[in-house]
Amino acid sequence: MLNLILRRIGIAIPVLLTVITLTFLMVHSAPGGPFDEEKAVSAEVLAKLNERYNLDQPLSVQYFDYLSGVLVGDFGPSFRYPGRSVTELISIGLPITFELALYSIIFALCVGIFAGVLGALRPNTALDYIPMSTAMIGICVPSIILGPTLILVFGIWLELVPVSGWGYMPGDKILPTLTLGTAYAAYCARLTRGGMLEILNQDFIRTARAKGLSETRVVVVHALRGGLTPVIAFLGPAMAGLLAGSFVVETIFGIPGLGRFYVEAAFNRDYTMILGSSIFFSVLIVSFNLLSDLVAAALNPKLRD
Amino acid sequence: MKYKFLFILFSVFLIGSCGENVPPVESSYETKILYLGNGTEPKDLDPHTVTGVPESKILMALIEGLVIRHPDGLEPLPGVAKNWDISSDGKEYVFYLRDAFWSNGDPVTANDFVYSWNRMLMPSLGSQYPDMLYDVVNAENFNKGLIDDFSLVGVKAIDAQTLKVNLRNPAPYFVELLAHYTTRPVHKATIEKHGEMDSMGNQWTRPGNFVGNGPFTLEDWKLNQVIRVKKSPTYWDADRVKLNEIHFLPIDNPTREDFMFRSGRIHVTSTVPTEKIEVYREQYPDQITITPYYGTYYYRININKSPLDNKLVRQALSLSMDREKITDKVAKGGQIPAFSFTPPDPNSYFPPTTLEYNPEAAKQLLEIAGYTPENLPTIELLYNTSEGHQKIAEAMQQMWKENLGINIVLTNTDWKVYLSRQNTGDYEIARAGWIGDYQDPKSFLDMMVTGRGNNQTGWSNEEYDNLLIKAANSTSQSERFMHMYEAEKILMDELPIIPIYTYTRIFMKHQSVKGWNPNLLDSHAYQYISIEE
Repeated sequence: MLNLILRRIGIAIPVLLTVITLTFLMVHSAPGGPFDEEKAVSAEVLAKLNERYNLDQPLSVQYFDYLSGVLVGDFGPSFRYPGRSVTELISIGLPITFELALYSIIFALCVGIFAGVLGALRPNTALDYIPMSTAMIGICVPSIILGPTLILVFGIWLELVPVSGWGYMPGDKILPTLTLGTAYAAYCARLTRGGMLEILNQDFIRTARAKGLSETRVVVVHALRGGLTPVIAFLGPAMAGLLAGSFVVETIFGIPGLGRFYVEAAFNRDYTMILGSSIFFSVLIVSFNLLSDLVAAALNPKLRD
Repeated sequence: MKYKFLFILFSVFLIGSCGENVPPVESSYETKILYLGNGTEPKDLDPHTVTGVPESKILMALIEGLVIRHPDGLEPLPGVAKNWDISSDGKEYVFYLRDAFWSNGDPVTANDFVYSWNRMLMPSLGSQYPDMLYDVVNAENFNKGLIDDFSLVGVKAIDAQTLKVNLRNPAPYFVELLAHYTTRPVHKATIEKHGEMDSMGNQWTRPGNFVGNGPFTLEDWKLNQVIRVKKSPTYWDADRVKLNEIHFLPIDNPTREDFMFRSGRIHVTSTVPTEKIEVYREQYPDQITITPYYGTYYYRININKSPLDNKLVRQALSLSMDREKITDKVAKGGQIPAFSFTPPDPNSYFPPTTLEYNPEAAKQLLEIAGYTPENLPTIELLYNTSEGHQKIAEAMQQMWKENLGINIVLTNTDWKVYLSRQNTGDYEIARAGWIGDYQDPKSFLDMMVTGRGNNQTGWSNEEYDNLLIKAANSTSQSERFMHMYEAEKILMDELPIIPIYTYTRIFMKHQSVKGWNPNLLDSHAYQYISIEE
């Protein structure tokens, strides 16, 4: 197990270095700069800004300066927000993005497992077809369509919930959670159904039933434990996907999370912020994948070496 | 029963998080909180370093200058200055300050203004608006580093409450400039507590640190979420202030802003989605507001590129442009066709309006210039990605094709690429817009002076430059306007820029907001605004 962890961390370092290098090269080669403004900046002011943000140095010097900064945890100042460091912006955005991802995964698990179990218990009946077809739709509808639709129906027509924000008004976390979580709920439902169907046909379930255990006990205690294996393996990639999905959902709902900062930074050519958030997202995704590998290894001894 | 339990848990989560959902706009009758859609997230709240409209709206609440703008007509009203004297040659101004206070209780003094103007003009601060004060003696020299001694600059504190300003030329618009945020004061002790006098990104603008002298104080600044300001007890005219708080919500997406307005989250929007304008004009005529704005939408021409280096070609392009069709059939937001660069101005400057729509004359000009549809190269029209600009560009493409046989290729790029291509002269025709910083033709015509940062066309005309210098030195307003008129005539004959329409401000406003009167600069002093049933 330790071996696996060390090996994965060993791979993660070159991955992160590649991400930093490629992102660095890409942001600097993108046309347009952070100080291109509608009211043209005078040459003297531009020179001052470039000096202040170290942009007057050759690219290679900037690159190594940046790397040595990152090593000691300094991601540099934001170009868009004078006086704010990238670390400050990430520390504002990250907890919110995390919270959103967490609620979404909880929602996805609750709804997905419930629907999946229901489908598996009554396969090929209406109780199976309806949730499973709904799940298929859930997987297919992108959040960019689902979000505004939910806003229109629940926010504008029914006036049940706020249409934007995060923690600014009661209930404003509901629609973003649903928007981001729906596709994953659908995946969970299909995975649970598949896993459960396989388990429910096994001998030990038949034995349990023959012993006269109640159906609930059979399902919850005996079947669910094994039936959920595919769902657990899916959690790591799902968490990574949720973080990436937050870009869109945060933009739709105006949530001040890291995803929105990232998108905004790209439009504003906020070089350091783009780099800083790229690194953060990479670290998160690498960690979640590692975590899900570890869980999978724990469940399946064949994967351990 | 596990799944039932999960189901119940989830239901509880959903219902529990619903809570009582009273739209803020409804409860504002009681709370007197004004909720505003405010465009993009402000970069900072330092009046001497910011440049954007969202920042200006917030600074209007937080810091007050020597004068403020009248909520209807924009003529300057006393702010920190209770009155002022202007010498007969129009070059010396003496401002008499009232007993005004900073939000920490300190008095606002004439020295605060000297300090602030010194700071704003320091080359090391890197302010992007130093030219707002260039009319002051030696201000430009100081800002450009030609002199180091600020005492040579024409602003002096005679005593704590008397400020004397000497101008290098009479500037009848000078008092109006003093309503602009770049000329407003900052609190010296606060600036220096949190950084250097000239350090950009000084932490003094954070909530808790901020000291201002405006009708409101900064309470909270949650990035990408809200900026909350609260009525200031130390403001000199606090009795007039009827709002308890203002929440500025950064909403850079018109559709989301529209959703928020319709669900009662904000009182006033900063814009309306283009496709909704017509619908709302019919459905909610009492909520949609369309008012003229002091800005011009135009096409910028790179006169270093053939065939656009030929004046006749530029004139032909302008003559074959049906501006009325653009405003009525394409833009559809009440815009006014522009036949001059300077927008129509009630301030008695009437710009020359020689431009017209005449496709026949356009064809002839093109022939005289030696071009036929066959030998005309394809021209690129650059604009930043936006549906509105795209529609106008497509209409132009069609008009120029039909009327002149010119092939136009449309290029849209993202904002920063669009700006950088214009800065570096890497374009042929580019869509552009300009909003006046103050209500005077100078705020438009100065832009086209040789070598100015926003000229960006490569155009240079000595006579034009000289006329503007003459205008600056004129002692009477009528003489000044006469020179400007002549200058603008040259500009509209040479056409390095082709005006298309005068902007309108289009926004939604809840009927409970009173005192939000339309004006050309879309400037609203919050002490005149109230929420009433």
